[in-house]
Formats: sequence, structure tokens, C-alpha cells
Amino acid sequence: MNAFLAIVRRDLLLAARRKSEVFTALFFFMIVVSLFPLGIGPESATLRRIAPGVLWVAALLAAMLSLNRLFAADHQDGTLEQMSLSPTPLALLVSGKVLAHWLTAGLPLVLLAPVLGLQFDLSARSLGILMISLLLGTPVLSLIGAIGAALTLGVRGGGVLLSLLVLPLYIPALIFGAGAVEADLAGLGAGGHLSLLGALLALGMFFAPWAATAALRIALE
Amino acid sequence: MSQRLINWFKFASPASFYPLAGTLWPWFAGLASVLCAVGLWISFFVAPTDFQQGEGYRIIFIHVPASWMSMFIYCVMAFWAAIGITFNTRLSGMMSSALAPTGALFAFLSLWTGALWGKPMWGAWWVWDARLTSELILFFLYIGYIALTSAIDDPRRADKAGAIVALVGVINVPIIYFSVKWWNTLHQGASVSMTKAPTMATTMLWGMLIMALAFWMYSIAIALYRVRAIILERERHATWVAELPEMQR
Repeated sequence: MNAFLAIVRRDLLLAARRKSEVFTALFFFMIVVSLFPLGIGPESATLRRIAPGVLWVAALLAAMLSLNRLFAADHQDGTLEQMSLSPTPLALLVSGKVLAHWLTAGLPLVLLAPVLGLQFDLSARSLGILMISLLLGTPVLSLIGAIGAALTLGVRGGGVLLSLLVLPLYIPALIFGAGAVEADLAGLGAGGHLSLLGALLALGMFFAPWAATAALRIALE
Repeated sequence: MSQRLINWFKFASPASFYPLAGTLWPWFAGLASVLCAVGLWISFFVAPTDFQQGEGYRIIFIHVPASWMSMFIYCVMAFWAAIGITFNTRLSGMMSSALAPTGALFAFLSLWTGALWGKPMWGAWWVWDARLTSELILFFLYIGYIALTSAIDDPRRADKAGAIVALVGVINVPIIYFSVKWWNTLHQGASVSMTKAPTMATTMLWGMLIMALAFWMYSIAIALYRVRAIILERERHATWVAELPEMQR
């Protein structure tokens, strides 16, 4: 457990030293979300309808943008190899890295989303549900993304390939995440969607570090 | 028991599988052409015209077997991937990568024929039906697999990475299917139910089953043919390849 916390602390420290990377992804999220009203038109009824989908798709893209740096730097300077040799299970260390990634790439999106939701004329209640759905969903994005990042480590054209691999797997999270807000707007209650999102999170927390570890071992061979 | 196990593992070596695949694939190819001819004859000339859908329904003789195969081949791919990871056999990875293009082809074929069928029946080339959407996502999964394995130069690493993608994908396929299905029912879009149909005439059913069998045989034949090419490409420095009669010329 100590090693886990040490990894989280280290990755957070590294992110704090290189703030620009975190902020680039955040501004990307803001810009993408702000482009949609410009493309579609300012009618607030339309905007309210597309808001959950737009915010979720933008979150998906922004979370994916930062996946490349999850393992790449550690792979380059050999840290990853040392980690795989350490007595602590690699899966635990990978979970630590994923948690740190979520704290720097996912959590800011969750906190920023309500502000952007205001641009789309969402009610306070919908904003709350949007936040909860992102809170449950963005860790899933980090977890699944870790598998993709590990698989494309050191591969030609890794960035584009990563999106090709990871985006189809993000679809359930997108459907339930955006669906929660839409169901609430339609007066159906968001409970079911949020529970399923929670179930995805539980599944991902169990399986994803394991799969990512297997992929990392292949990359390190 | 142990004797039998050894017999199976004998063919896990590319050197002994290569001639076996060589003798088997023409048989499967022959069966495929015969079954395809019979199936097409039934579907075009024997099967009666549907009183609701007219002649246009005949596209299902291609469409339904193609979608079955596209789903089934993904499972087979994942099966070989699992075998490859657990037993660390080289041939399993080659089988997976030999199957992937065929699976992608069938997924594409089923989307294409589905669009051709949808235009006269539903009045739209594409509807966001749960089945269509999940078939599209399956197609993306195939493309992701092919893209990843062809981007990695070392074939052993490509196989293993591909195996993980295939396994992660196969876990996700049911999740994706149910999420898409639920998303579709929530939206109540242009959902036309295809689930409660099968009161079809026996000849139609026969035509479809024979076509499905023909596609099976085709897939096996083409996978064996392709795996032979992959074996040759990867083992080209091995002595047994140099000693092959077709290499002597």
C-alpha cells in the first residue's frame, strides 16, 4: 500500500511540475465544448438537449488526449522496467498511476463541467447529475485508457492508434453517462444509468489494471 | 489422455501445421463453392417471394450469415488469443491475425447489405438500431485489432498485444450490445423490431442455413490459406521452409 501511495504522490508531483500538460487538456475540453453552440446555433432549447452528449464526448476526447503521457515518460527513462522488477505487484503500481492520471486529467473535467454546462442552459439539478455521472465515468475512461496506453507503448503512430483502440471501448461509459443526464431531463430518473456506470467502474477497477499490466509486460519484453 | 494431448500439440508447431493446412484448405474451399452455389440457387430461384417485402428480402441470404460470421469470428479470434496467452504458442497468434481480415470483411458486408436492405424496407440507408450500431462498433473493434497488430514490427509482440485487444474486446462486446440496446429503447428513435420475425418459410430458412454453412467453409478455407502465408513470411529463415518442395523451384 505504501508503494501505491508513493506512486500516486510521485505522479501528482510530476504533474504539478509540468502544469502545462494538465492545462492543455483542460483548455481543449473547454474549446471543444464551446465550439458546438457556434456550429449549431444559440437556441437554448436545442443546446439543452445536446448538452449531455456534447459534454461527455468532449470529456472522452480530453481524457484520451492525456493518455499518451501515462506510461511514455516512465518507459523512456527506464522507470517502468524498474517498477516491473520491484517486489510490489506491478498491477498495484499501475493502479496507482491510473489513479494519479484520473486526479490530474479526470477530476478537473468533473469540476469544470458544471461551469461549461451553464453555457448550455442546464438547470442546477441536471448539472449535479452531470457531475455525478462524470465522477463515476471519468475513472472508467482512465482505467480503459490505461490498457490502450500500455498496448501502444513505443508503437509507430501510437496516438492515433490509441484513439482507434480505446474509443469503441468508451461507448458504454458515454451512453450511460450522457444517458443519465438525458433521462433526468426527460423526467425518468437517473438512478439506473448511474448504477450501471458504477457497475462499469467496479468491473474496470478489477480487470483493467490487470490487463494493462499484461500489456506493459509485453511492451517491456 | 496424455497421448491425445501430445497429438494436439503437435499441430501447434507451424512446421507441422503448414502441410496440414495445405491439404485441408482446398477441401474447405471446394465445399464452400458447392454450398454457395446451392445456397444461391435456393435463395434466388426456389425460395418464394415474400408477400410483404417482395424480392428485396432476398438480401438476407447474404446479410444474416455475414453478420453471424462477423460475430462468431471475433469469438474464435478471442479463443485463439486466449490459447496463445496461456500456452504461449506461436501459431495461435498467427491464427488470430489470419482471421481478423475475414471478420472485418463480414462485418463490413453485413453493414453494407443491411443498408441496401434498409433503404426499401425502412426507407433509410441507416437507422440507429441497436443491432446496426453494435455491428458498426464490432467493425471498429476489428479495425483496431488490425491497426494495432500491423503497427508493431516484432510479430511476437504484435500477436501478444493483439491477443489482449481481442480479449478485452470480447468482454466488452456484450456490454456494448446491451448498452446500445438500452440507449436505443430510451431514445425511441426509428426502431424497427427485427427480433420477432422468424415465421419464415422452410425453404427460406434452408437457404439461409446453407448460405451460413457456405460462409463457414469459406472462412475456414481463407483463414487456413492466409495462415499458411503468414507462417511462410514469419518462418522464412527456418530450415524447414527452405526444404519445402515449393521453395526448391
